[in-house]
Amino acid sequence: MKHLDREIDRLKAKILSLSSLVEENVTRAIKAVVEHEIESAKAVAQSDDEVDRLEVEVEEECLKVLALYQPVAIDLRYIIAILKINNDLERIGDLSVNIAYRALELSPQGVSPDVWALVEDMTSRVRQMLSSSLQSMVNLDAQVARNVCAADKEVDQLNKAIYRKLLNLIKADPTHADNLLLVLNTSRNLERIADHVTNIAEDVIYMTQGEIVRHGRALL
Amino acid sequence: MAGAMPKFEFSFKQGENAAATSADALQTAVSVSGLNFFYGTRQVLHDIGIEIHRNRVLALIGPSGCGKSTFLRTLNRMNDTIEGARHSGQVLIDGENIYAPTLDVVALRKKVGMVFQKSNPFPKSIFDNVAFGPRLHGVRDRSKLAEIVERSLSQADLWTEVKDRLTANGTDLSGGQQQRLCIARALAVGPQILLMDEPASALDPRSTAKIEELIHQLRANYTIIIVTHNMQQAARVSDVTAFFFEGRLVELGETPELFTKPMERQTEEYITGRFG
Repeated sequence: MKHLDREIDRLKAKILSLSSLVEENVTRAIKAVVEHEIESAKAVAQSDDEVDRLEVEVEEECLKVLALYQPVAIDLRYIIAILKINNDLERIGDLSVNIAYRALELSPQGVSPDVWALVEDMTSRVRQMLSSSLQSMVNLDAQVARNVCAADKEVDQLNKAIYRKLLNLIKADPTHADNLLLVLNTSRNLERIADHVTNIAEDVIYMTQGEIVRHGRALL
Repeated sequence: MAGAMPKFEFSFKQGENAAATSADALQTAVSVSGLNFFYGTRQVLHDIGIEIHRNRVLALIGPSGCGKSTFLRTLNRMNDTIEGARHSGQVLIDGENIYAPTLDVVALRKKVGMVFQKSNPFPKSIFDNVAFGPRLHGVRDRSKLAEIVERSLSQADLWTEVKDRLTANGTDLSGGQQQRLCIARALAVGPQILLMDEPASALDPRSTAKIEELIHQLRANYTIIIVTHNMQQAARVSDVTAFFFEGRLVELGETPELFTKPMERQTEEYITGRFG
């Protein structure tokens, strides 16, 4: 095994630690929203420092590999992709903290069951997308990554549907507007998580196939 | 493989049956097709086909013994001096077959200059080193020679460093300066093509950077073909890179593409250091 392979293995271990922590935080934040689990919400906020610390470590590791080994081809694409995925994971971590904080204040008051059903649908889709994108990163599976990119559209549509329904509810009866805006905020944060998850999947496609598929370029 | 690479500005031909590419609009400096090369019974180049366009830098990379230096030396017939060396196939420079029996080899080497791994200035003054080639080709006028020497040294980015000591011995210069002196000497006879065989491998990082910068400047007026073992150097200085392995041209591509997304697995394994 050459030096660079050892460094890449070390980097893999770190990005995996960060991935599992962020995935766990998203799960906890969603649990806090859906089941109104206060302890889960607190746990997300508490572990965010660890997410930030790991993100800095991964970045430093990537910079070190770039400076010392000047990787090319698949090695270069791997490091560049990890550098970007690292950034997305940290942002997903921040968004899960936002969701967790909103969950502390959120109550079912004024939220119609159909809106709640859409929010729950969105949470399960976002969790599934995150899990698949991380799987595609670990297994270097571009096809799984492409499926993740395709799934983002459905989450966008759910977010829009929730927005329209909440708008109508507030217009009809503004009594619970504060609470409904918290739901809107949660939906928006979930949608943004899905965007970052899509970025991760796009980076996996670049990593494995050298193809840049951002901005709708040759996605499917 | 040739069909998969139409976008390359250097067309990549396997044998003599390769199709023309859209790159034909560029002016071809060197056209090689179906080139096989032998040292005695040992074949060291197999069916090489490349078109090299003007004012471009081509880097030849590959493990030791892959044939890249032999290929370089076929372009100015430096291999002619090796006993038992023979070839088949065609090498055209400006459309002229350089292996035609009637070809003037001295004129060919005037057109196709060469810089070697180890700088080899003559034990003469800096001025005489550069003026050597032009004198050999009949230039006698002192002011004309002085003009050529100044222009060549300037092009080799050495003039300002040596203009006050042109009578000093060329061998007294530093390693990096000696290599630039050799480049100036090669430029003095007005070549169109410069062959460089690991021109910076014996130099420190600063001198290497100067040579690389020089290659960048020289591409405005010359076509450059460089052999290098330094992958990062190939990536920095060249427009197009050719990967040779066991005497075959495995892949030819635009340098940024080849170093980020090579098409052939052998190329990827070599440039990432996994074999070779």
